[in-house]
Amino acid sequence: MKNRIKVLRAEQNITQAELANRVEVSRQTINAIEKGKFDPSLPLAFKIARLFNLKIEDIFQDEE
Amino acid sequence: MEAKQNNWHSELKKNTKALAVWTFLWVFTLAFVAFGPKFIWNENKIITIVMIIINTLVGVGMIWINRKHLNSQDPLQRKISMDAMAITLGITLIVGISYSMLDITNLISFNAEISHLVFVMGITYLIAMLIGNARYK
Repeated sequence: MKNRIKVLRAEQNITQAELANRVEVSRQTINAIEKGKFDPSLPLAFKIARLFNLKIEDIFQDEE
Repeated sequence: MEAKQNNWHSELKKNTKALAVWTFLWVFTLAFVAFGPKFIWNENKIITIVMIIINTLVGVGMIWINRKHLNSQDPLQRKISMDAMAITLGITLIVGISYSMLDITNLISFNAEISHLVFVMGITYLIAMLIGNARYK
């Protein structure tokens, strides 16, 4: 699954660690999601979307 | 938001510490059951039974706190732990049965002990956790 987290973080000047703290996960998890190595759970995807004031589909795109 | 962040980290830390304490307690009471009858209470059956019950109850507590620890992890940490547990379960089953067969068919000169299997479980879980963490770095 592709995502725009890195771009959104850059736009809002947020570090991986800050984002991780705000959505209550480890920095390793944010890094793995950004690199497309790990797909977030639905509750985590909602938290990230809520943080950026966007819909889930505006951040995460299915690669198929 | 800051308080919420600290809550998540402190909850995970608290559960990790609790898991370490309960694991230590279980190993400690197990050592009592293993060596106590011979070296401390002179084969007294009642004391041995009581110690086995205590060890079992501490074991149940350890399982409960392990589940709590798992649930306090974030989704990636939980996936790494669950993958490691799945690999450990599979390897323990396969190695355990094969090892037992080697013993039953007298292809090995010594007895297949459960402690050997526990050792395999520990090493497998440790390696699987290291590989899992390296994969998602």
